[in-house]
Amino acid sequence: MRDNVMIIDGRDNVGVALRDLTAGEKALCSGVEGLVVTDAIPASHKVALRDIAEGEEIIKYGEVVGVSAQEIRCGAWVHTHNLESERWKK
Amino acid sequence: MEEVGTISGYRRNDGGVGIRNHVLVMPTVSCVNGVVNRISREVPESICVTHGHGCGRGGLRDLEILFRVLTGMIRNPNVGAVVLIGLGCEVSNVRALAPQLEGIGKPVTILNVQDDGGSLRTAEKGILAARGYLKELASARREPIAWEDLLVSIECGGSDAMSGVTANVAIGAVSDWLVDREATVMFGENTEMIGTVHVLARRASSPEVAARITEMVDRAEKLNRETMGELAALVISPGNMDGGMSTIAEKSMGCIVKGGTSAINEVVDYGAAPTRKGLVLQDGPGYDADSMAGFAAGGSQLMLFSTGRGTPAGFPTVPVIKVASNSRLYTAMEDDMDINAGDLVEGRSLDSLKDEMIDLMARVINGEPTKPEANGMGVFTFMTVHPPF
Repeated sequence: MRDNVMIIDGRDNVGVALRDLTAGEKALCSGVEGLVVTDAIPASHKVALRDIAEGEEIIKYGEVVGVSAQEIRCGAWVHTHNLESERWKK
Repeated sequence: MEEVGTISGYRRNDGGVGIRNHVLVMPTVSCVNGVVNRISREVPESICVTHGHGCGRGGLRDLEILFRVLTGMIRNPNVGAVVLIGLGCEVSNVRALAPQLEGIGKPVTILNVQDDGGSLRTAEKGILAARGYLKELASARREPIAWEDLLVSIECGGSDAMSGVTANVAIGAVSDWLVDREATVMFGENTEMIGTVHVLARRASSPEVAARITEMVDRAEKLNRETMGELAALVISPGNMDGGMSTIAEKSMGCIVKGGTSAINEVVDYGAAPTRKGLVLQDGPGYDADSMAGFAAGGSQLMLFSTGRGTPAGFPTVPVIKVASNSRLYTAMEDDMDINAGDLVEGRSLDSLKDEMIDLMARVINGEPTKPEANGMGVFTFMTVHPPF
C-alpha cells in the first residue's frame, strides 16, 4: 500500500496527509506503527503523530511552527483550531 | 548518488565559468526596447531582453539597483558577448555604466540611438554586431568544470500547499548535495522568511551573518506591515490556511526548506555577487521574476524553481529547471515542467527523486535545454523601490 502520510523531519511530532484522510483510517508511513487517524484530515494538512500536551511545541521541518492550544491526541487533525502561533501569542 | 557524469562549461577571462555561451542584446533604458525587438526578429539566436527601467527614477537605492542589475546581466558568465543599446540622455547611459564594465573580459558593442543615426540605423548596426558575435562564439569549446564553479539559485513561485512538502523538500536535498560539492547555493525572497528568523539566524556561520539575517527579515516584516496595513496578516492567507498551513512560521519553513540544512555563510544585497561558497542568502523580494534577475545579476548560472499552481517563467540567460510540486500540475503543464516532485506522494523515495534532479542538472549544465529555455519563456524585470518621477 502507498503511504498516505509523510514525515518531513525525524524530529517532527506532526505528519502531512498526502491525500484526504477519513476518521478511522490507518496512517501508512514508514516510521509510524499503528497510528489511526481520528478526524477527517484534508490533503496537505497535519496529523498528530503522538499525544501532544497543551502548551507543547508543534514540530514540523524539525522546527517549531506553533504551540498546541489544547491537549491533542495521537491521530488528530492539527490546525488553527488547536494550535497557536507562538509568535503572535505574545 | 555518489557519482554523476562530468560537467562542462565555458571559462571566461575574468575567472568565471558559464554553462551557456549567449550573445546578449539589452537596452539601457525602455525608450529603445523597440530597437532590441527589431534585432530580435532578425537574429533570433541571440538573447534579446527588454525592460521597463533606466530612467525616471532618482532615488539612490534605485540607481544602485539599476546599475548593479544592468552590469550584472552583462557580467553573467553565461553571456559570451553583448550588444548594449543605449539612448544617450538616460540615467543609466553607457558613459555612466562604462566604469563598472572595466576588466569584464568579454566583447561588448555599445550603440547609442542618439549618436548612431536613430532607431533603424542603430538596429542595423546591432544586427551586424550580434551576427558577428554569434559566428565568433560558435567556435568556442566547452571545457570540463567542477561543481564548485557553479552558483545555483533557488526560487519558488506560484506555490501551493504541496510546495513545502514535496518540491521544496526535494530541492533542499539537492541544495545540501551541491554544498557538499563546494558549489555556492543562493536563495532569497526575504518576505517569505518572516517568522523563521530564529531558524535562519541559528544556522548563520557567524554572529555578523546572524545579525544581517535578523535585520533583513525584520525589515521585510516592517515593510510588509507598512505597505499592506490591515492586510499584512494575509501574508498567511485564507488560501494558505485551506492548504493546511496554520502559522506564518509553518508557511515560511515550507519556503526556506528549499535551501536545505547547510550553514548560511553570507547575506548578499539584491543583485550582488556572493563572495563565499556554500549556502548564501540574497536580500531580495519575494516576487519571483524580480528575484531571478537579482540572482542572474549576482552571477548565477543555473536555477531551480519550484511551483505548485504552475508558472512557465524562466530567465533569458540562465537555464531554469522547473519542479512541479504535484502530479496534477505536472500533467496539466507538462510542456513547462522539467521534474515532477509530486511523485513523492505516489510512493517514490526522496533519494530517487534527488538523483533524477542531480542527473538532470548535469545534463542541463552540459547544454540540454530546460523547458523554459526550449519554450522561450525567459522573463526579465527587476526590483525598484521608489515610484517614478
